[in-house]
Amino acid sequence: MSHFTLTRRAIIGATGGLLAAAGRAVAAQTTLLNVSYDPTRELYREVNPAFSTAWREKTGEGITINQSHGGSGDQARAVLEGLQADVVTLALAADIDALARRGVVATDWQKRLPDNATPCTSTIVFLVRAGNPKGVRDWPDLLKPDVAVITPNPKTSGGARWNFLAALAWAQRQPGATEASAEDFMRRLFRQVPVLDTGARGATNSFVQRGLGDVFLAWENEAWLARRQFGPDAYAIVYPSFSILAEPPVSVVDRVVDRKGSRAAATAYLEFLYTRQAQAIIAKHYYRPRDPDVLGQYAERYPTMPMATIQDFGGWDTAQAGYFADGGMFDRIFTPGR
Amino acid sequence: MSFRASRSALPGFALTMGITLTWLSLIVVLPLALLVLRPWTLGVAGVWHSIAEPRVLAALRLSFGAAVLAAAVNVPFGLLVAWVMLRYRFPGRNLADSLIDMPLALPTAVAGIALTALFAPKGWIGILLMPLDIKVAYTPLGILVALVFVGLPFVVRTLEPVLMDLPLEAEEAAATLGASRAQTLRRVVLPALVPALLAGFAAALARGIGEYGSVIFIAGNMPMISEIAPLLIVIRLEQLDYAGAAALALVMLLASFGILLLLNWLQWRMARRPS
Repeated sequence: MSHFTLTRRAIIGATGGLLAAAGRAVAAQTTLLNVSYDPTRELYREVNPAFSTAWREKTGEGITINQSHGGSGDQARAVLEGLQADVVTLALAADIDALARRGVVATDWQKRLPDNATPCTSTIVFLVRAGNPKGVRDWPDLLKPDVAVITPNPKTSGGARWNFLAALAWAQRQPGATEASAEDFMRRLFRQVPVLDTGARGATNSFVQRGLGDVFLAWENEAWLARRQFGPDAYAIVYPSFSILAEPPVSVVDRVVDRKGSRAAATAYLEFLYTRQAQAIIAKHYYRPRDPDVLGQYAERYPTMPMATIQDFGGWDTAQAGYFADGGMFDRIFTPGR
Repeated sequence: MSFRASRSALPGFALTMGITLTWLSLIVVLPLALLVLRPWTLGVAGVWHSIAEPRVLAALRLSFGAAVLAAAVNVPFGLLVAWVMLRYRFPGRNLADSLIDMPLALPTAVAGIALTALFAPKGWIGILLMPLDIKVAYTPLGILVALVFVGLPFVVRTLEPVLMDLPLEAEEAAATLGASRAQTLRRVVLPALVPALLAGFAAALARGIGEYGSVIFIAGNMPMISEIAPLLIVIRLEQLDYAGAAALALVMLLASFGILLLLNWLQWRMARRPS
């Protein structure tokens, strides 16, 4: 998909270039590559032309934004290995931190833009089959013997890490909860999971196309998208009593923009995400906008509930080491007798 | 140099040998050498630690176990298919013959998705197996099905030339000497085929150990249960754990190499044994 878009854009760009050369000298066309995670395809397809127009109005120059999508960790690895991304817009800060640790992105990247460099937020909700036949209302219902839960593998999927942390945060907040009881809840939860896909879209396929499972732990925007696509008769969204504030962050890729000389445009692109106009597009695609006015405008769409944040877990470095690294909690809950 | 001693009647030995060695080094030895060198940034203890994890051991057991089982299933059925294809003439034989190569030609992901759709609880076969309480998709059994699928052509195509060369006279001689059909098969045909059966087994096994594309769709990918070793390598890469991924790859490389060496040796011994 991304390749097709790239090629098509390249052809359009090349044709445009020829026409311009045939006419009179025109300012060089800037091209940016936005490397993003899976479910943002539709969002950036709408944001990009809006930014192009705004940029032309402001500077008189044309600009093209290409987009590439895949699992968040996989995309970060591609950038690390040389994919020429001007900006990264990933599922979680840990993936950009990994780039920062290796000198691809400046270490203070999260301080360069407002709100920890996350122009929108989301949360984790339950997508259930029409009429909610298994009566799933909240986290403990996921442990009912006849309920099968679909979530991707948190080792490879950014969304799945938010799922994992949301469940864990709930378990940690139960009366009399200990670390051991929370881990036990996670162990029992993953016993209800029949298949671990590597990415969020794969898991959506398992739930939607293969008809697997009764509950799909999903990004709020993915859940709304599925509901809009297949109709409210096919799926229902259940908001649990407690979830997590998922913050998908954005950053300029310093190593690339410095070489290409595209820092100004790349920065303007990310700043554009915070404007009223882009925030409205963000809301339209069921992400939660940061702008309080836009958020208020769509308030009925975003039920509020208490949410944990990644800071409650001591930040991504701690969470990563404690839960998802080799020998972490995710490994432990699958290893018998330990 | 002693190369001269075995001077061949054909010219061009030095040139072809040089190209062969260069080509083999570039295509096979160099990548494998990198693989062998990569893990040691972890240190010997680190490499050991990253392999001795229960989850890794379970994945290795599954990958090698399922590959052995699938190859073992493919040997008798592959023999049957090769036999029927060569010994009988029937309508549609050419079509059936080219179907055998399909698992080789099909992108493995396509095979995996098709098998999953078939064996998923809602699929054509899955729905029939449901009342029997047999689950194939998203279980280790599904891995076996995928590996049998991709391994079949290796057995059939290895056996065919040997079967073709099998002199019909030997079977006829056995018959005239009073051997029953079963005796002819057991005493005359099968012994001649054993080296080829082993070679087919080895080829199917090698394919099964490394198979990724078709398996991940049908496996369910649950740690300790249905997670294959190649998937663990990919997972480690996605976690940017290059050394850990290479360590696991090295173990697979050594184990596969050992198994293939053993099978080749067995084959060589049997081929040499006087009949």
